[in-house]
Amino acid sequence: MENAGSAPPVLTARRAGVLGCAQCGKVHLPGPERCARCGSVLESRDHTSLQRVWGWMFAGLVVYVPANVYPMLRTSMLGKTTDSTILGGVVDLIHHGSIGIAIIVFVASIVIPVAKFIAIAYLALSVTHRVRLSPGKRQHLYEVVEFIGRWSMIDVFVVAILSSLVRLDFAATINPGIAAVSFALSVAFTMLSALSFDSRLIWDASEEEDA
Amino acid sequence: MNHAVPSSLAAPSEAASPQAMPAPAFTAEEVARLIACPSCDALHEEQVLNNGEVARCVRCHGLLEAPRRSAMTRIIMLALAALILMVAAIFFPFLELSAAGLMQRSSLLDTVLAFSSGMTAPLTLAMAALIVVLPVLRFVLLVYVLGPMAIGWAPARYARPAFRVAEALRPWAMAEVFIVGVAVALVKVAGLAHLSIGPAFWAFVALVLVTVLKDNFMCRVSVWKTLEARRRS
Repeated sequence: MENAGSAPPVLTARRAGVLGCAQCGKVHLPGPERCARCGSVLESRDHTSLQRVWGWMFAGLVVYVPANVYPMLRTSMLGKTTDSTILGGVVDLIHHGSIGIAIIVFVASIVIPVAKFIAIAYLALSVTHRVRLSPGKRQHLYEVVEFIGRWSMIDVFVVAILSSLVRLDFAATINPGIAAVSFALSVAFTMLSALSFDSRLIWDASEEEDA
Repeated sequence: MNHAVPSSLAAPSEAASPQAMPAPAFTAEEVARLIACPSCDALHEEQVLNNGEVARCVRCHGLLEAPRRSAMTRIIMLALAALILMVAAIFFPFLELSAAGLMQRSSLLDTVLAFSSGMTAPLTLAMAALIVVLPVLRFVLLVYVLGPMAIGWAPARYARPAFRVAEALRPWAMAEVFIVGVAVALVKVAGLAHLSIGPAFWAFVALVLVTVLKDNFMCRVSVWKTLEARRRS
């Protein structure tokens, strides 16, 4: 790992009194509202960022509850219908002996969402509070959260594939449950939450300490 | 690969107030030679990079710029290949399932429409968007943005908003996630019935590989700079 303790002292665009474009990196003198190169909105810092992060995160948290409580899959085999929730699906996979797949599903639909809620909350709090993790590590954490969020969609896709594929009338039919909708929404909301975060805020706090 | 770490300027001795924007420390000409890290706002003096060189931020180690040789042509070719593969993936059978003398064929379209009944209907639209519409839209936008420039013309009229949209769509085009979903689904039904994989599945796998390759070639800052340079001339 690179020197995690102290970031090298650098001059940021904000301290130099200029504006850096968060899309393309072009530096502007204060004044224009949009970047001359790429046309994105120019802001020294996104001041609504944290509000949006928390808003989307709580929305995601709210729909994450029904996603776990209600059935994700409704399987009818020879007239017998069984509902399975997200966790139930994982348990079924373990009973079938496919431990590897069970781990994939467990990680994608339970570990990643929960870890994401915690990580986003931690990052948002770290802007206003003192935390132990260095900005470099927090930046890294943010990149991981941003990258990994979409992989939670796996379970929704599995449900869609299964219900389009297993339509053998009486023998076996699989239908999606309502939890699929709330889970998909939860993933989308947490992705929006992560995207709303202005990572430049991570570095500002440590800069103030240096100054 | 050789690292061209841009020289960063030393922080000024007098501490500027962090809340209010201080007066600009640079003139307009100086500003034109600087680049701000999009992730952490650190200023760097811009350096001319050769193809294959990578510039990273000295503070957060985020990617600043990574120009590649004939990247534009390659991105366009890969995007076109992806579009053709997508057509194949949509219309050929994707997976086949047989059990107890019954056979069920499922195409990508069927998968998208799986949620089309009852309370889960809105998910149909989302699925169609995530697996098919958004990836296709991204490819089309990239061809629209880079195509004219690759053959030496000025960028198309709406190239800037088009590239902004293409970049914003990036996290939402979930073709590769879908492939892992297919793998999980295969294992889940394997005990229940006999499964075989159709040609569309392989088309889709190829599509994912092409997408990953293309995203590796593409450097956002380089594209923006090329767009800017070609627009002026």
